[in-house]
Amino acid sequence: MKDYTLVITDDNTGVIQPDRIISQTRSLKDEGFRFVTMSSTDLGESICVIYHLDKDLELVNLKVEAPKGKKIPSISSVYSSAFLVENEIKEHFGVDFDGLPLDFQGMLYLDEEVQRTPFCKIGINRV
Amino acid sequence: MFMTKTVLKNLVTRYATRLYPFHKKEPFSRVKGELKIVMEKCILCGVCQMRCPSQCIVVSKQEKTWQVDPFACVYCGICVDACPVKCLFQEGLYRAPLAEKDMVLHVQEAKPEAAPPTT
Amino acid sequence: MARTVLPFGPQHPVLPEPMHLTLAVEDEIVREAIPKLGYVHRGLEKLAEIRDHTQMIQIVERVCGICSTLHALCYCQGIEALMNVEVPPRARFLRVVWAEMHRIHSHLLWLGLFADAFGFESLFMQFWRIRERIMDLQEATSGNRVIVSVNLVGGVKRDIEPDTERWILDTLKIVEKEVLQLKSTIMDDFTVKRRTVGKGVLTQERAYELGAAGPTLRASGIAQDMRQTGYAAYGELDFTPVIETDGDCYARTVCRFNEIFQAIDLIRQAFAKLPQGELAVKPKGLPNGEVVSRVEQPRGEVLYYLKGTGKKFLDRLRIRTPTFANIPPLLEMLPGCDLADVPVLILTIDPCISCTER
Repeated sequence: MKDYTLVITDDNTGVIQPDRIISQTRSLKDEGFRFVTMSSTDLGESICVIYHLDKDLELVNLKVEAPKGKKIPSISSVYSSAFLVENEIKEHFGVDFDGLPLDFQGMLYLDEEVQRTPFCKIGINRV
Repeated sequence: MFMTKTVLKNLVTRYATRLYPFHKKEPFSRVKGELKIVMEKCILCGVCQMRCPSQCIVVSKQEKTWQVDPFACVYCGICVDACPVKCLFQEGLYRAPLAEKDMVLHVQEAKPEAAPPTT
Repeated sequence: MARTVLPFGPQHPVLPEPMHLTLAVEDEIVREAIPKLGYVHRGLEKLAEIRDHTQMIQIVERVCGICSTLHALCYCQGIEALMNVEVPPRARFLRVVWAEMHRIHSHLLWLGLFADAFGFESLFMQFWRIRERIMDLQEATSGNRVIVSVNLVGGVKRDIEPDTERWILDTLKIVEKEVLQLKSTIMDDFTVKRRTVGKGVLTQERAYELGAAGPTLRASGIAQDMRQTGYAAYGELDFTPVIETDGDCYARTVCRFNEIFQAIDLIRQAFAKLPQGELAVKPKGLPNGEVVSRVEQPRGEVLYYLKGTGKKFLDRLRIRTPTFANIPPLLEMLPGCDLADVPVLILTIDPCISCTER
């Protein structure tokens, strides 16, 4: 029986550097992992982006921490379906993704007149 | 030819739908319908106001009032479960539609002063 | 012919909810599709910061009306994992009953809407008439027709008594008979087949790579279903996922159609094994830590990411709904299809836009 809930601890989830995320996800993809989604939380000074991947219902998470407003490389070149969720995180948290194939310019959900990122505790200006 | 059976069956059976305003469905026994209160039993503790997820109940201890906004109520029944004196209940029927918004306000009658203890 | 750009939606007769697609067409053949969301974005995830973690159950139920109880189930299982709550066995079996009733009503709704999408209106009404029986079951057992609000952190709110159980099983027998009567119409009809067979083919490799979920994935021949993990009481029931191998619109229809019978079977199994006992345990403490919780909805797998910091309010609630995962496969299916097939293709992923945008 596999786990349907996975409590994230330091043992099962490692924090990796933003520039290593593409090589990490590529090696996981070669092992047969499927892209599920990405989540993000506000840690105050920085944003934590969590990548959820699964294989045979077994979930693997990768954490990336980036200071607010800093760029993270996009994994759309590895998993093409990631562009939608990356656009969402860009819009809600102001994390800029480098190399998005389809960039909604922060207008996937929100309008132009929204000035600050709504999901951060202290919003930063939207680009 | 294979439709003949269906055609004949449809001729003799009743409508699949209900002729609504004239014929209404009996509500099931435990349906969460309109929120009601027995004001005499209420102790104005405000637990319902605290628990309500849609924040549609306002209880005032000073003015002895209990107010609900029926248009904000989501019929979840949390307040009914949370009430310590079980003075809230839900009727089996939903509210009829209205043309204008309105609030339901209940005021508790002042209880007659307890007779001073005689010495 | 030169490339023409056509807007599709947000208001379109086949779309129950607003969604926009910009289609680039050449001679009525779609070459490119770009989605635009945001017509029903409500920012429900942000509400977790001002409503406490028990009130959030009522809010996540309203993310989507069609899979309300499964949203609440996924959320409750996440909180239970954070607070180390052991759910009583009777509550776990009752959760399966309500979840599977929800699956039947959602699939019947979808089959009706799908029939409507290719212009078969009487079939739409036939399916929705059957669905009304399930809605009655939900209203009688939980109190509400659509928002089946029965899940609590630590168990369920309501019980199903033996005579209600008998009534449910009798009604399911009628539902099974009536759905079977429509089987030849949806599966063997010439017109229906012309509109669905071979349209919008999603190969096994592409479906897996694009992260498709639910029947969209299983119709491409991948037996992946979150119920295999055995959440609630699924681990004690006999369950194998329904799969189809063609990956076209017809396969997705057949897959959902067969899942109705599987759901009826699961409810029967759950009632046969229903243990006696209490319905809920009182959870102690406050959620602290991070958890990822997953559940299989009628449309596919839903993922909740919850982060608590030992306070009454959650720090972060993130919901990834199945339709969100199924949009990239849809964009893969659309290029190369006829413009007239676009509504049918969109409907086969069972789009729930208010889920997607939250």
